[in-house]
Amino acid sequence: MSSLVIRDLHVAIGEKKIVKGFSLTIKSGEVHAIMGPNGTGKSTLAKAIAGHPDYTITGGDVLLDGQSILEQEADERARAGLFLAFQYPSEIPGVSIANFLRAAVQARMAEGEEIDATAYYKRLYSKMDLLKIDRKFTSRSVNDGFSGGEKKRCEILQMAMLEPKFALMDETDSGLDIDALRIVADGVNTMRGPNLGVLMITHYQRLLDYIVPDYVHVMWDGRIVKSGDKSLALELEAKGYDWVKKELALATA
Amino acid sequence: MTETKSLVGAFTPEVFATHLASLPPLPKWWLDRKRAAYDRFASLPMPARTDEAWRFSNLTGLTLAGFSLPAAAPSTPHAPIGIKKAAKLVFANGRLHAAEHLAGDLAGRGVVVGSLYGALVKHEGLVKEHLLAQPPKLGSAKFSALHEAFLADGAFIHIPRGVEIDDPIGVFSYALGDHVAVFPHTLVVAGENARATVVEYFGSGNDTEAQLAVGANDLYASHGAQLTYIGKQDWSHRALSFQSNSTVVRRDARVQSLNLHLGARQARHESLSQLQAPGAFSEMLALTVAESDQEFDQRTLQIHQAPNTKSDLLYKNALRGTAKTIFSGLIVVDPDAQKTDAYQSNRNLMLSEEAEANSLPGLEIQANDVRCTHGATSSRIDPEQEFYLQSRGIAKEQADELLTFGFFEEVLNRLASDPLHDALRALIQTKFQK
Ligand SMILES: Nc1ncnc2c1ncn2[C@@H]1O[C@H](COP(=O)(O)OP(=O)(O)OP(=O)(O)O)[C@@H](O)[C@H]1O
Ligand SMILES: [Mg+2]
Repeated sequence: MSSLVIRDLHVAIGEKKIVKGFSLTIKSGEVHAIMGPNGTGKSTLAKAIAGHPDYTITGGDVLLDGQSILEQEADERARAGLFLAFQYPSEIPGVSIANFLRAAVQARMAEGEEIDATAYYKRLYSKMDLLKIDRKFTSRSVNDGFSGGEKKRCEILQMAMLEPKFALMDETDSGLDIDALRIVADGVNTMRGPNLGVLMITHYQRLLDYIVPDYVHVMWDGRIVKSGDKSLALELEAKGYDWVKKELALATA
Repeated sequence: MTETKSLVGAFTPEVFATHLASLPPLPKWWLDRKRAAYDRFASLPMPARTDEAWRFSNLTGLTLAGFSLPAAAPSTPHAPIGIKKAAKLVFANGRLHAAEHLAGDLAGRGVVVGSLYGALVKHEGLVKEHLLAQPPKLGSAKFSALHEAFLADGAFIHIPRGVEIDDPIGVFSYALGDHVAVFPHTLVVAGENARATVVEYFGSGNDTEAQLAVGANDLYASHGAQLTYIGKQDWSHRALSFQSNSTVVRRDARVQSLNLHLGARQARHESLSQLQAPGAFSEMLALTVAESDQEFDQRTLQIHQAPNTKSDLLYKNALRGTAKTIFSGLIVVDPDAQKTDAYQSNRNLMLSEEAEANSLPGLEIQANDVRCTHGATSSRIDPEQEFYLQSRGIAKEQADELLTFGFFEEVLNRLASDPLHDALRALIQTKFQK
């Protein structure tokens, strides 16, 4: 069993402090949902964990199976088992999905070991079928000219191909129509199991009907201020963030 | 005496006499032209710092000393590159080394793929009309004269009227040996409505040979012809290379050329396209991978001499190490070339802080109803794209390689043939893996 421990994490962009003492432990098999108002630092948290060079870790630690990953480059973290499904995936003109994913799969193989092209394509096509992505997409450039929903589906395709230990899914539901949401949720549910832990950032309780979380956390001003189970999401939906704000004010008063 | 010496370097009158003596019996007009070319070469000055056509070029690297005319090579490092060909010629040190004959009934339909020596005798009219027929306009008059004077054998390709060839015709030119000088030439004449693809490859015996390559080609596309030319320059990294390409496009003809620049320590490439009759179209493409201390100096000229002509130039350079590139392009539209559609673009991808890309785009328009655009950009790897790839487990170096291929893809995608596209990609990849 694997674990991802985020311990009192502080992240800054330049001088600006964004994440301020975020702590959370995710074990494989668990799905944690994080909700929180715009600008509260959810994407910053996810990208900092993934190793984005623009973010400075000013305190705390992130441990994957007991090992700190903060000294590792983004690609090492990914090979160690982390996956970030981006809120805004980059468009990469001229690099086909097939070549890109092939390079990513190859990067996980031992030195001198060559990818089995036939097996690779077979696996790729089966994952594409699962996510109802047209096979023609393999020759298209990564995210280039994709619709918002296509980009998100492509993120999940990559996740399915790379089989991470922990996935940080940043608003994977935004931009998806109802059918696509169901397809993506089915895809994630298929991957769900004892070998995968998920941190799922979302604004919509609707997603949590499809991918039912084990825990729901509310993030506010760079840290978790409230945790609960799925019912917390329903409560939040009903009462809005002002409710959390008032509770916070009471607690700190 | 010292001055003359510096003007000709290793290519003294004695060496020229030796060269002439080594030639097989050839028509007098050609030998006369070679002698005249030698005189021009010997009297023209080396490029000077004040020369606009050599702005930014490393002039101290342009040396003609220390080279010699090579002996015949016993063998070539030639290896197939995985493209099915209609015919193939292999030259080593200026001599025809091997020829693979035309597939199917092409010879019966009058297609000629052979040596220039043979053609100077058997197809004298065509050769006389087209061989080095366009005067150099881009600054290399001295080196063009050197090429003409010392040109030994080369390739002659003639596709007669109406003949269409699907598979490419391959021409391979090797320089073998340290300090050798070679003068490769390829002459392609496509008759009316003919269609063909010519793939040319330039390579050395190994990557440490200091060599001089002074090459040229002539592409002539008659009325309605369609010609695709691919040149792959992969000389030794210690070679000095001059290449001067001239394209003439007649009515409704279309020429697509793609030059891939990988080798040499310093390579100057001049490309001239003349759109001589209405409907003519020239697409000029180039990809350069410049690394360590290589210098690639590309000069282009698109001349629109008739109305309703089109030219489209896209040169992309990727620079690593302390490499340097120069792109200088000029579009000229003659007064009566109305409705000209001309495009010129140079894009540089800077993969290192120390690399240097120079761009000098230019327009000279004398007609009033034209559409001409030009532009040059330099950019770095987008850090967000790089992070995206890294976040999938791809190491930074390989991510940059993928992004560089992505950058090149816009050019490679212009090729209609997938096998060619893939072969070129593979060739670029070998340079990255060195
Ligand atoms: N590269 C950056 N440079 C400067 N400020 C940034 C940068 N990236 C994020 N920020 C700022 O950090 C704060 C947190 O942004 P972040 O994207 O993490 O929020 P979020 O919780 O994901 O919001 P949303 O729900 O809108 O996606 C915001 O105020 C944002 O403007
Ligand atoms: Mg966000």
